[in-house]
Amino acid sequence: MAAALDSAASAPDPIPTPPDRYRAFIAFVSWAAPASLILIVAVLIQEAFPAIRKFGLGFLLGTAWNPVTLQFGALPAIFGTVVTSAIAIAIALPVGIAVAILLAEPGAVGIRGALGTGIELLAAIPSVVYGIWALYVLAPWTLLHLEAPISEHLGFIGFLGGPPRQTSLFTASLVLAIMILPTLSAVSRDVIRAVPRGLRESTVALGATWWETVWRVILPAARAGIFGATMLAVGRALAETIAVTMVIGNRFEIPHSVFFPAYTLASVIANEFTEATGDLYPAALIELGLVLILVTLTTNVLALVLVRSGQARVTI
Amino acid sequence: MTRNTWRRLSSGAALGVIYTLTALALIPLGLVLWFVASKGLPSVLHPEFFINSERPTGIPGGGVANAIVGTGIMVGMASMAAVPIGVLGGIYLAEYRVARWASWVRLASDVLVGAPSIALGIFAYTVMVVPQRHFSAVSASLALAILMLPVVIRTTESAVGLIPNGLRESGLALGLPRWRVSLQLILPAAAPGVITGALLAVARASGETAPVLFTGFGNPIFSVDPTHSMSALPLVVFRDALTPYNDLQQVAWGAALVLVVMVLVINLGSRWVLRRQIRLAGQL
Repeated sequence: MAAALDSAASAPDPIPTPPDRYRAFIAFVSWAAPASLILIVAVLIQEAFPAIRKFGLGFLLGTAWNPVTLQFGALPAIFGTVVTSAIAIAIALPVGIAVAILLAEPGAVGIRGALGTGIELLAAIPSVVYGIWALYVLAPWTLLHLEAPISEHLGFIGFLGGPPRQTSLFTASLVLAIMILPTLSAVSRDVIRAVPRGLRESTVALGATWWETVWRVILPAARAGIFGATMLAVGRALAETIAVTMVIGNRFEIPHSVFFPAYTLASVIANEFTEATGDLYPAALIELGLVLILVTLTTNVLALVLVRSGQARVTI
Repeated sequence: MTRNTWRRLSSGAALGVIYTLTALALIPLGLVLWFVASKGLPSVLHPEFFINSERPTGIPGGGVANAIVGTGIMVGMASMAAVPIGVLGGIYLAEYRVARWASWVRLASDVLVGAPSIALGIFAYTVMVVPQRHFSAVSASLALAILMLPVVIRTTESAVGLIPNGLRESGLALGLPRWRVSLQLILPAAAPGVITGALLAVARASGETAPVLFTGFGNPIFSVDPTHSMSALPLVVFRDALTPYNDLQQVAWGAALVLVVMVLVINLGSRWVLRRQIRLAGQL
């Protein structure tokens, strides 16, 4: 609503023309995007239906995943997906906001340009390249320098216990944190930039230091939008497939420690879909995909509404 | 220490922390580029890497010619569908930005960008692979086209939105119909931005593994038949990296390097073109 009002306010006056077929045609073509979204969800529901009918809501709470006895429950995969995304966002959030603050800062154009390019390149690197790097470089390093010392000294805390493995929930979360950072900082930067200049100038005029301006005025004004950016990044983390598949260890159980192997919704599908036979097994895998897409779509819609309302509110 | 000194110092300290965190953010980029370059270069330096197809472990001289051609064919077919549709959709959003349904199309595109790419793979598998009863490059192109579509729509929208209204109005004042103004006047003026968007979408699609996993499936034999399974660079990286064989892992690193170089060239090049476009649009 706010977004519509905003674009109406900034758009030029439409030139009155009779309704033309060109407009109708490109309007129709532009519906390819919403249509494919609806079609994908519809097809997934239809294909997952055997599993939905068989297991009902128990599918979401079941912990067994046994293609031989046809027992399918999604809880360990849901757990892995949610926990990796949560750890990733906890790591990426302070860094992402710091980058956004710096990128949105007026002045220092040279450094900022290079920095912005770097962050954008981080977003451009394909998932599978992060995957191979994480598998052969990051995972061994993490095991030696993060996981082993932490579990040795803090192992008495249940979820930090050992013995740690190379491919684990924690390693997957680290890769995810790197991969969602560009989304987080780019969207936060746009939101922070939308904070009216006057607000910044009047705060500085009152004698506030740079940090007081940022911390007490600019960040609070951009709060809703930054929250939206965070949710957008969460959506990316939930949806990420290949890099996570390569380092999470692919073990279908709820791990006792973050240093143990686990599984996510997307990586179960990536690993097992081509080998699934029968009716129920593929349907169960597709239901995992359905759960994943419904959660990410909801997250994304909420996030985008927040980001837009944040930008609209501060620009008015 | 006076209160004001304290305030100034803490502000400086905060700035220092922010610079440190930002430097921390760029470390992974440097590490990924360094390791992919250093581990991939030995494979890429052999010319047969680009001439030969994939070979099983133990047989020397394996390359990725089939995967490069496969990526080219699959992404090419996807572009043929996604670019025209996306460009027209983007023009619609930019030219009629307050139209009733425009905000819905915009929202759907933004949501589609964030949709799990593995779901696109399942979709293409269900509607094409299952009825045809075999994996095919065409089905991979369908999944990749859906992946590219929102990127093309949104970049076209912003490129067309940069064109000043005066151009549009002068076309209309000459009595040109709306479609000619938009396709023969606005679109050529916005062409660099539109092409950039298409190239960014191509880069994104070339690097995606999940949608190709059970559509193109991979094929160690050199194949250009779009109705059959076909290899792709990301598939080679994914499958070979997870094997325990040193020679296949080498091929995976080489393929990763090829992917990274391609993506970086497209991204840096398009940033340059875009900056020029914005400057030119300012002069119009």
